[in-house]
Order: sequence, then structure tokens, then C-alpha cells
Amino acid sequence: MFVLVVGGGKVGYYLTRELIQSNHEVVLMEKDRARAGQIADEIGSVVIARDGCEGKYLAEAGANRADIVAAVTGDDEDNLVICQMAKHHFAVPRTIARVNNPANEVLFKHLGVDELISPTRMVLASIEQDIPVNELLHLAALGSGELELIEAHLAPGSPAIGLATGDLDIPDGCTLFAVIRNGRATRLAPDTILLEGDKVLAIGQSECKVALHAQFIGTSEPLIP
Amino acid sequence: MNVVIVGCGRVGALVAATMDAAGHAVTILDISTLAFDRLPDTFKGTAIRGNGTDEDILRRAGTQDVDLFLALTEGDNRNVMSAQIAAEVFDAKRVIAKINDPLRAEAYADLGIGTICRTTILTDAILGYVGVPGTGSTGVRAPAGAHPGADHPPVLGAVSAAAVNPAAGAAAPNGRAVASEA
Repeated sequence: MFVLVVGGGKVGYYLTRELIQSNHEVVLMEKDRARAGQIADEIGSVVIARDGCEGKYLAEAGANRADIVAAVTGDDEDNLVICQMAKHHFAVPRTIARVNNPANEVLFKHLGVDELISPTRMVLASIEQDIPVNELLHLAALGSGELELIEAHLAPGSPAIGLATGDLDIPDGCTLFAVIRNGRATRLAPDTILLEGDKVLAIGQSECKVALHAQFIGTSEPLIP
Repeated sequence: MNVVIVGCGRVGALVAATMDAAGHAVTILDISTLAFDRLPDTFKGTAIRGNGTDEDILRRAGTQDVDLFLALTEGDNRNVMSAQIAAEVFDAKRVIAKINDPLRAEAYADLGIGTICRTTILTDAILGYVGVPGTGSTGVRAPAGAHPGADHPPVLGAVSAAAVNPAAGAAAPNGRAVASEA
């Protein structure tokens, strides 16, 4: 497989290195001469110190026989043009673009880029995954880290709705201490009836989370350990 | 007509001023407000600071109601992306991008964007002036490929209509007229 990588930043550099290690034929284009030289010193003579946006240099790099062109520069507009030139002018079968602004994803797809890599989207997704609506929320680590301040949001369907706090099966080493309801924090008493939309605050050891999850969210396994 | 121009450099500012003076509704964008100093005091159009490859900014500039969209920044790729957003997202019928790399200018004309290549135009203007045969390629290309805007040939003020062949974009441009503007 012949892969043409355009952009010798961190992504392009490691990508090229990995591809060489897995025995692919690789050419890396990096327009900054100093950077290109530095990479060539490290991984050998696969680097062309030319601007991969320029049609002439794409041709020189062998774009017309590339199986894949990966445009991984830091500029979205450059990555778009590299992929479009590869696809339409050099008939490259597969083009991959790094997209830095998630708002550009739809456009790039629409304009014919085969695959998109979106670092911003990936980080965003993993952050959003950490704050699921129906999960226990880790608010803070207490002491030297063995205790956690945890918030449980009682979404519709939570088994705790309608129960008194005292009727819940709360493990040892864990205390429910307050409920946030309508924006007001109230101390929890054993006879406090829990309602939908409540946010119950607890302090406990990390091991308690499985039991808390079962009581407040409904499934026994927390999605995030 | 409604005109949106991306890039208030020498070319963008002069095109904006000229079209404004001719009575068109011109909105010009640039990422730097300093660039708007190039506009004459008599300019009656709108100047917006913002990135021409940002969909929201282009919407704010009124690209959805545009009759003519011109991408005239210093960056070929910025112009290409900006022009394609105008054509694909806002369905702009007449889109022209300045692309100084002759190969890219040719490729994007095939992809349905009107392109203007300063490199070819200036080269031919210089060679024509000193009496040496030109490059033989054209610096002004009408969109030739399939594209929402493909069936609308560009209107290029200073270049005579005969200089643009809407079918293939193969005719030689009127080099001197364009060069004096560039």
C-alpha cells in the first residue's frame, strides 16, 4: 500500500513512523524545510520538503499512484483541498482528512472526502461520555482520594423515586447527606421521600458506587468504573 | 445585485469599491478590520470582520441571498473552501475564487467553481507586453463541471465576455485589462 501523508506535524510524523513500521510505502510532504529535515533525520528519506497543496508537488510526490492520501495538517482548508485534488485530479481511491473544526465535518463529507478524523470531536465525545445524564457524577475526591463526593440524578425510571431514604439499601461506609430539589439543598432525613428530578448527594468509598448505582440509576453496573 | 466579497486586500477592496460605486449592494469580509482602511470613504456597502470559511459568518454576510460571491483572499485554499461553502451550503449561483496555483485553478473550474489565476494572467500580460508568446492556458475559467452553480457562467467586469468560454473556459483572457486591476 502506498500512502501519501501531507503535513509533518505531530500527527503526520507519528502516522508516517507507524506506517513504515507496518511495511507500507510512505511519502510525507511537509512544506517547512527545517521541520522536514528534522523528520528526515529521524525516520529516513521519505520526506519531501514541499507544499502538498500545490498540484505540481503532489504530482512529484507520486499522488497519481497513491492508494491513500492522508491530509493531516493543522489547517482544515488545506486538508480539504489536498483531498479534493487527490481525488479529482489524481484519482486517488481513498482520501482521509483531519478536521479540526467539527462544524466542517458535514461539508467535507459532502464535498467528497472519504474519511474524516476529528480530534476535537473525539475529545468532545469522551468528555460528554464522562458526564452522562443517567449516571452517578463524581464531584470531588475527598481526603487522600479514598472518599468521593458523588451526585445521583433521579431520572424518570429510577427505582429510588417514591421511596424514603431510610428504605434504601445503602452500603456501609457511605452516607447520603443532602438532596437538591428545585435549586434548594436540603438535609436528608430517613423519612425524606425521594422525587423524580432530585439530585442526591453522597459521600462514600469508591467501592460504594456499584450499590449506589443500583439504588438510584437502576442498573447494577456503572458504565464508568 | 447582492455581492459578497471575502478578503479585503488590494484586489478585494478595489472590486468592492468599484461595484459599490456602480450601485451594487456589496458586503465585504476580512479577518482584520485594518484591511477595511483600503476601502474609500465613499464606500456605502457593509464591512464585516470575520473568517470567510466560517458558515455562520457567511450567513451573517447574507450569502444565502447572494447574486455574486467572490473569494479573493491571499490564500488559495481559503478561497476554495469559502467558495465551496457558498455554492454547496448557500446554493450561491455565481461563485468565483481567486486561485493562484494554475493547476488548482484548473482543477476547481472542473469542479464547478469559476476561477481566476493571477499567476497565469500576469505571466501572459507580461509576455504579451514584451511580445513573447504566452502560456497558452487561460487565467480566467468558467465553471465546467457538475455543480449547483455550473450552469451560470461568471460575469467578469474588466474581462470582455469573449475572453470567457463558458463551455470549456479555453479562451485566452484579456490580459492587460485584468493585470491593471491585480
